[in-house]
Amino acid sequence: MALIALEDLHFAYPGQSPVLRGASLRLEAGQRLSLTGPNGAGKSTLLRMILGLQRPDRGRVVAFGKMRRAEADFHEVRRRAGLVFQDADDQLFCPTVAEDVAFGPLNLGKSRAEALEIVDRVLGDLELLHLRDRITHKLSGGEKRLVTLATVLAMAPEVLLLDEPTNALDQTNEARLLEILQALPQAILLVSHDPAFRAKLAPEALDLRDGRLVPVAG
Amino acid sequence: MAHVLSQGPEGLAGHGGPSGAGWIVPLDPRVRILGACVYGIAVAALSGLVALSVALALSLGLLALSRLPLRPTLRRMAMMDGFIFFMLALLPFTVPGDPVFTLWGFAASWQGLGQAVEIALTANAVILALMVLVGTLEPVTLGHALYRLRCPERLVHLLMFTLRYIEVLREEYLRLRAAMKLRGFRPGSNWHSYRSFGYLLGMILVRAIERSERILEAMKCRGFSGRIVLLREFALSRRDWVFGAALLGAVAGLFVLERTWP
Repeated sequence: MALIALEDLHFAYPGQSPVLRGASLRLEAGQRLSLTGPNGAGKSTLLRMILGLQRPDRGRVVAFGKMRRAEADFHEVRRRAGLVFQDADDQLFCPTVAEDVAFGPLNLGKSRAEALEIVDRVLGDLELLHLRDRITHKLSGGEKRLVTLATVLAMAPEVLLLDEPTNALDQTNEARLLEILQALPQAILLVSHDPAFRAKLAPEALDLRDGRLVPVAG
Repeated sequence: MAHVLSQGPEGLAGHGGPSGAGWIVPLDPRVRILGACVYGIAVAALSGLVALSVALALSLGLLALSRLPLRPTLRRMAMMDGFIFFMLALLPFTVPGDPVFTLWGFAASWQGLGQAVEIALTANAVILALMVLVGTLEPVTLGHALYRLRCPERLVHLLMFTLRYIEVLREEYLRLRAAMKLRGFRPGSNWHSYRSFGYLLGMILVRAIERSERILEAMKCRGFSGRIVLLREFALSRRDWVFGAALLGAVAGLFVLERTWP
């Protein structure tokens, strides 16, 4: 059974020509898949649709074995699939790193003590414990990116959706991110314009062209 | 909230991080906020010149204890005085009473002069105590402490979101402004400038709205259900009790002075 299956999605932003015209994809457990395509092709839209932040005009979103239609259907999806946003400032909104990482687990109904335990474990795994009590808006770009990953991993998702994760990262931080991601067991759906990063993390690729997804040879 | 007035990148004493070696910084933030409130209310209730002078001296004493840099702090206090200067200067002429002197036919009264001095002393004593006790807090710590003091959650979150995103918005503004400069924009008193600033402001607003939508989406993705829990806890130490008692003692002393020399 595929973790996520998008079937024949159609979508147009109001008053604009359609971005998706029958896009389909399947993501299996443990699979790593990248999405390529020109700017504005609808790659981010596709990720947002998986999480129900955007509804398709037509087509089906099947996640974790169930059809997802209404807002309530997506609550479970958002728990089991984690999206790392393009801009880290959108994702880190709590005053301190610990509070930001704990935000998801607390929403899942964990107690304060359990949440703090998760914070320490996740930050420890990513070797970010030194950032624990830092204030989020004072982090550097690279630190922000790694902390956003920590906030998503704290929810223990089965799938990671990454939207341009290497945006604004220097080489050292990019290498660090790659190393962390490669060691994760989760299935990954990657949107990235960086061919080298794609080749290393998720060589299997689909190209989004004219609103459809086509496998890329190689 | 003295840091709001700050021109420099850092607040007083580097936002009161562990670097501040003085007496004030190690105190529990809740005690500092409550202390500043109690002290402020008490001093505002005083009217005797003796008691008020002693209050100002007490505030200066606090400043010395905090080891804040003297000059910048006093300069900041003077900034506040700038706001009330005209009111103070006009008071002697507007309050009726026994004349001291006349200026261009207007008589200044002793009573008015007394009131002006009273207000100046009160304002400076309170603002100085507020700067020393609350202004040295890291803004985020201030939010945490207000939360633990059971301030309305929504207001605390409003403060926290403001602290979090004010810098992001400023950077966006500076980027757009730099882009304008690079294309030869020089502000002047003409329609082109006004219109361009209008575009700039509009663009910042639009971007802020879009960002707020993305933030909400990111929150939803992590299961946001209407509550944000702040984790930080504070604990009272002996030092806090001593400080609290000393402050209450000082306030009681001020009231005794007030009754002795009204």
